[in-house]
Formats: sequence, C-alpha cells, structure tokens
Amino acid sequence: MKENQWLKIGFQLAAIVLALLFTTLVLLMAGASPLQAYLNVLEGIFSSTADITNVLAAWIPLLLTTSGVLITFAAGLWNIGIEGQIMLGAVFTTGALRLLENSSLVGGWIILLGFLAGLLGGALWGALAGVLKTFGGVNEIFGGLGLNFVATAFALYLIIGPWGRPGIASTSGTLLFPTRLWLPTPTNVALSPWALVVGILSAVLVYFLLRGTYFGLRLKAVGKNMRAAFLLGVPTWQYSMYAFLLCGAFAGLAGAVQVTAVYHRLIPTISSGYGFLGLLVAMLINYQAIWAAPIALFYAALNIGGIQLPIVMKMDSSLSGVLQGILVLFVLMVEGARQRLFEKR
Amino acid sequence: MNVELKDIHKTFGAVHANAGISMDIPGGTIQGILGENGAGKSTLMKILSGFIRADQGEILLDGHPVSIHSPADAIRNGVGMLHQDPLDFPPLRVIDNFILGRSGGLLPGEGAALQDFKKLAGQFGFSLDPQAYVDSLTVGERQQLEILRLIWLGARVLIFDEPTTGISAQQKVKLFAALRLLAKQGMTVLFVSHKLEDVEGLCDSVVVLRQGYLVGSVKPPYDTHQLVEMMFGKEVTLGARSAGCAGEVAFSLRNLAVEDYRLHIGEINLDICHGEVIGLAGMEGSGQALFLRAVAGLVRTVGGQILRGDRDLTGRNYHFYKRGGVAFLPASRLEEGLVAGLNLTEHVILAEEATGFSINWEKGRQLAQSRITEFNIHGTPVNTVESLSGGNQQRTLLALMRVPLDLMLLEHPTRGLDIESTIYIWNKLKERCQQGTSILFVSSDLDEILQYSDRVLVFFSGRVTPPLDVSTLTTEKLGELIGGMGWPESKNEASVHERKPVA
Repeated sequence: MKENQWLKIGFQLAAIVLALLFTTLVLLMAGASPLQAYLNVLEGIFSSTADITNVLAAWIPLLLTTSGVLITFAAGLWNIGIEGQIMLGAVFTTGALRLLENSSLVGGWIILLGFLAGLLGGALWGALAGVLKTFGGVNEIFGGLGLNFVATAFALYLIIGPWGRPGIASTSGTLLFPTRLWLPTPTNVALSPWALVVGILSAVLVYFLLRGTYFGLRLKAVGKNMRAAFLLGVPTWQYSMYAFLLCGAFAGLAGAVQVTAVYHRLIPTISSGYGFLGLLVAMLINYQAIWAAPIALFYAALNIGGIQLPIVMKMDSSLSGVLQGILVLFVLMVEGARQRLFEKR
Repeated sequence: MNVELKDIHKTFGAVHANAGISMDIPGGTIQGILGENGAGKSTLMKILSGFIRADQGEILLDGHPVSIHSPADAIRNGVGMLHQDPLDFPPLRVIDNFILGRSGGLLPGEGAALQDFKKLAGQFGFSLDPQAYVDSLTVGERQQLEILRLIWLGARVLIFDEPTTGISAQQKVKLFAALRLLAKQGMTVLFVSHKLEDVEGLCDSVVVLRQGYLVGSVKPPYDTHQLVEMMFGKEVTLGARSAGCAGEVAFSLRNLAVEDYRLHIGEINLDICHGEVIGLAGMEGSGQALFLRAVAGLVRTVGGQILRGDRDLTGRNYHFYKRGGVAFLPASRLEEGLVAGLNLTEHVILAEEATGFSINWEKGRQLAQSRITEFNIHGTPVNTVESLSGGNQQRTLLALMRVPLDLMLLEHPTRGLDIESTIYIWNKLKERCQQGTSILFVSSDLDEILQYSDRVLVFFSGRVTPPLDVSTLTTEKLGELIGGMGWPESKNEASVHERKPVA
C-alpha cells in the first residue's frame, strides 16, 4: 500500500517534469530563452502586492467554476456549457444592476440582488443544457457547446443593441457602472474581500457536499453507474438536473463577480475562459475537491504571470496556457501509463 | 465442409466452460448441439467462429488444421455464425449490411452486390427489400439477411445460435427449409438450441453438452426422455419444504401481459401468498426475466393488473414499488446491481433510507461491517465492489436488501456461489419468508428451483404454465417443460388450470 503511494507521487512528479520539458521545447522552437521566460512568469506573480492581488482576483472565478464542474463531473457529466453559464450569469447581473441603478436602494443591496440574479441566470442556462440532455437526448457536450455560442451572441446583441452606449455602436462593452455599484475594495488594492469570501466558500461547500452528504453520494453513484444507482433507489435524471443547476449557479456567481468586482460592466469576453480552465483544473486534480483551492491558485498565478511576457519578451502571453494544458495532458497520460504498468486487472 | 474439433478446452476463471470437447461433423449435414444454459454450447461455437480463443485444442476443416483468431479469420476459412441477438446495423439499409463485412476495395460496388443479393434471396425464397432499413425488419428477416450475407462472403459452415427464439411460425418453416437447402448444397450447419422439438425435427445428429463436457451423441430416431436426462443429469433428491401458501394473498396478478421486441407473454394469473417462494424456470430469454422486471415496475406491462390487496398498482414505477417494500435483485452485478468505484460502506448507505442531509460515516461503516459479517463477505468496509470476487459481489447484493420487505424479486440469487454459500443464503431468505416476505426468483439451476420453491412457473417462448405445485414435479418433467415438451395445445393454459389459493 505504502509503496503504491510513493509510486503514484513519483509518477505525478515525472508528469510535471515532462510538462516543463515540453514547454521548454516549445519555447526553444519559438526562439526564446526558456529560463528568461520562466523567470518572467515568476516575476509577474510575485514582484509586487498588485501582482499578488491580481492572482487572487483571478483565483476567485476559477475557484467558482472549478467547484461547479466538480459537481457535474461527480454526476458523470461534461459541462462544457459552463462558459455560457458564466456569460448568462454576467448578463443577469448586469440586467439587475441596470434595473435597480436609479432606484432608492442602498448600493450594497443592489449588488446582493445582482449576485442573486447572476446565480439564477447561470442556473437557468445550466438547466437548459440539462433539459436538452434529459428530455431531448442531446449529449451535454454538444448542447453545452451550442448554448455557449447562443450565450455569446445574446450578450453581443445586448451590448450593441438595447444596452449599448448612447451614440456608439461598439462591441467593446456596456457603460461603466457608477462606483457605488462596485464591490467595495480596500484602498489601493484591486481585490474585493467579499468576492474572495464567496470564492473560498464555494470550494469549502462543494468539498463537504461531495464528501459528507447523501446528496453527494447519490450524485457519485449516478455518475459512476446510472443504472445501478436507479435500481438502488436514486431518482437519476433528477440528480443530473440538480448537478446542472448547481454548476450553473456557481458559474453564474463567477459571472456576477466578473461584473461587480472586475469589469464593472458587461463585455463580450467576460468569462475570460475561466469555465474551460475550471474543467482543466478539475481534471488535473482527478476530481478530488480537496485539491481544488491550491491548484486553482497555481493556475490563476500562471494566468497572471503570463501577462508579463508580451511586454518584456515580446512573446505571446499564451505560454501560460500552453503550460496549463500540457500539464493536464501529461498528468493524465502518466496516470494512464501507471495504471497499465502497475495495476493488473 | 467437414468440421472436426479435437480436445477443445476453455476456462473462465474457475469455470471449465469446455472440458476436452471433440466432435466430427461431416459436410452436408445439420448437427444439433443441445444443452442447458451454461453447458458450454455458446463458448464452443464462439471458439469455432473466432470470437474467443480456446486454451487448448485443434480445429480441422476438411482435414486441415486451421488457426482461427478472429471472426474475420473464421469467415476467410468459410466459417460464419449467426448470433442469437443479430449483430447487424439497424440504422443502415439491408444492402449496406450485406456489403459491410466484405474486405478490400475503396468503392462498395453496390450494383454487383445488389444483383448477387437478389439472386441469393431468390434461391432461398426470402423476400427482403434491399433498400429497407434494418430497424424496420423482424428478427426473422434479420436472420435471413445474415444468412445471405455469410453465404455471399463464402461461408461453408454456418452456426446458428438459438435461431428459433423470437421468430414467427411461418418464418421458422422458411428458416428450416433454408437450413435443409444449405445442407443439400454441401454446407455444414450447426444448430445450437435448447428446444427439443426443433432439434428433433431438423437435425441429422445431436450432441449434448453438460457443464462443459460432451455427454453423448445421438442419431434419429430421438428419445425425448433420453435427451432430457442427458441435458440435466439424474434426478436429485429433494429436501423438506414448507407447506407453501399459508392462505393470505399478498399480491395478485390478473391477466398480466408483458412484451419486448421478440416476445409477447399474455394472460398471466398468479396469486402470491405471504411467505411463499415461487420459482420461475425456463431457458434464458424465455420471458421469465421480463416477467420479473414487470412485477418490479421496471418494464411497462401491456395488459392486465398488478394488485396488492384491493389496491391497483399497475403502471406505477420502480421507485414506487421499492418504497412500498418490493425489492429487485438484478443478475448482472456490476452492470446493474453495484456501482463500481464506490466501496461497501457507500453501498450500504445508498441502499438504506437517508437520515437527514449529511452522512454519519461512522454509523455507516459499522452497518457495513455487520453486513459483511452476517453475509460472510470477504472484504472490508472500504473495499470497492469491483475489487471483490464474483461470489462476494453476489453476497453484497443480497446484503444490500432492506429489512423488512414484502416481496423480493430475485434474478439468479445464488449464481456464482458455492454450495455452502447457496444453502446459507437460502436459509436467510427462508427466514424472511417466515416473517411474511414472498419471493419470486429466476434461476437456470433446476435443482435450486425444485429445492427451494413452493410453486413453479415454467416459461417457454412466450408461454407460461399455470403455477405448478413443486411436489408434482421432477427434474425430468421440469426439463421437458423447459425444452418445450408436454405443453397443452391451448394458448391460454395459464388461465385455465390456475390453482386457487385456499381462502
């Protein structure tokens, strides 16, 4: 048993080394100095408090989306539609803020209602993918992909059309909200403690949901063997729907955070790929919720660190993306190799 | 083509599915292969047709040893097999299916194939529309397509696995005519069946397999009693059993009808008494599993009623029945019964009624441990179910059944268990019966049926006997009924001689 554990850790380390080697190869082919690039990434993460708060700000939506997809993965579902669910969350939040902007309510209340609207929007969009799957027989991957396009198109329409800036036909975004509708931040720091609390709570909640509740156990049973779960008495399609609703709700919250704490308006790229990145993180941690927070933090750091590259080295910032993707591929590959070699069935 | 099998051995784990089987089948004959479920018929045929490989032994075609490693190898050597469930492509057209197995060529050459198809179909008197989609065909027509396809691919040896299951009487006549024509053309036909009537009416020679061994070869004229005895072995001595129906009816089935794509079973009338055990006998696929699942609420009934006292439960779903104390135990453990990846504790918790929102893991672990001890499962609460052996998985399935229950519906409750465990499990089940639980169980083990049932229903090709008192049955009689012999002519026998429970 013990020996097995060490073997597993050894293989995981090998995966990281291989991923770094491969990324180095990519850098060499691009004609850049790998060492320089890695140092620049590190510098982008740690050189100032602003960098660190940026990392934390990126960590929040990533935590939310990772928490969300951990639920759908537990139910055996590939919620590719999470990007659209973030978008709809952002749209609903923006809508709520616009509606209440000129009301007599206190800013804090408006923001809270905006969050609830975002949660609702994401959950609805998630439920739609679920309905398509459960009642229409549309695989959630295709349904989700289609709904992502619809969500983007819908947001663009709002940005150019009804919610457009007066006199300007631009897809760059809606008008900035007044600062009283911004999630409050401490002076000189671009990080809202409120949003941070929401992000961390989501990870804690999902951890306990999947580990210690009947709901989580049934979800896992449905994900691993739907037929047997049904015969054991679990209402299976209902549980699939719950998974979509919950994941959508988390994604919607991520959208709400992006609107109220980061961009303070609706922009077409408001999801910033955090949905897909959340899927990557969930796969990398082998769907173990306990690892969600640290690994999401690592990925958020890579995201922020990569921003340095175009400025300093005239390289594309996608280097971080390369490393993020390659790491997942190598971890999965090495794990597969380990099982083939050492686990006889 | 002459087919010779020499000393074929195949084991699956501890099961010796084929134990040194040798036979010689001359070309131009129809060879019957008879045996009960698990006798090794299918294994032997799959070895000959390349689906699985023998551990040991030799196959000779026309005296030349051949090595057959895949179905493609088999067909190259002229051996083709028709499976019980047609292995075709329902969303494609007949002609596409016809062409599909042919190797080589970038273009399908549909024109030439179409001509061959029509010629072959005419030869056998099959009327198949080559442009029709396969999912619009009956099972019999799909068989016809498969026969044409295999012959076109050059098959000289044709294996038919239970071909008369699920086809109409006219189609059977056509099929038999086609088989005789094939034999006349010099082909070798292997006819695998458990239906004595079909085998006796068609085959030039019959071999009987039992528990992996070839027990004998018979030529016509056939003696049915001899065949049954060869299939099932000698009569067994029966132990004591309870008096059966104590008088109170727990559930009643009135004119119940169920069906799937190949079978229709109608007019089932049965009163299930408290504490009674009813065995459902029949070859696999004769409708007993379908019936059991209908009573569990898993399969929609197409007619009749399921009553509990005065309450009509017809059409309710599985979870409704389950909440009402009706439990179902599926035969396929890892497919339907257990969730691979979850451990024993998690299973026990899933199977019990939820208490609140969060799980008390310590209590769950203790419960799992007590079940492990009670059912003698070799494992710990943290073992995942797929890491257990088959017998222990079976015990786990039984250990997950809630207490108390009103009705237990069991598919092969002791399959894969040794004698000792079987007796132990049945003692536990009988304890439940004494508390009023009724049991309906499907088993392909005749001894088990005769040993533990109070009454027996026998299924054969969509027909059901009335409930038979087990004291009137012997292994031989049961074997005959399972093989389709000794059935009354009337189609409504189930309603005719139903034994009325004492009021």
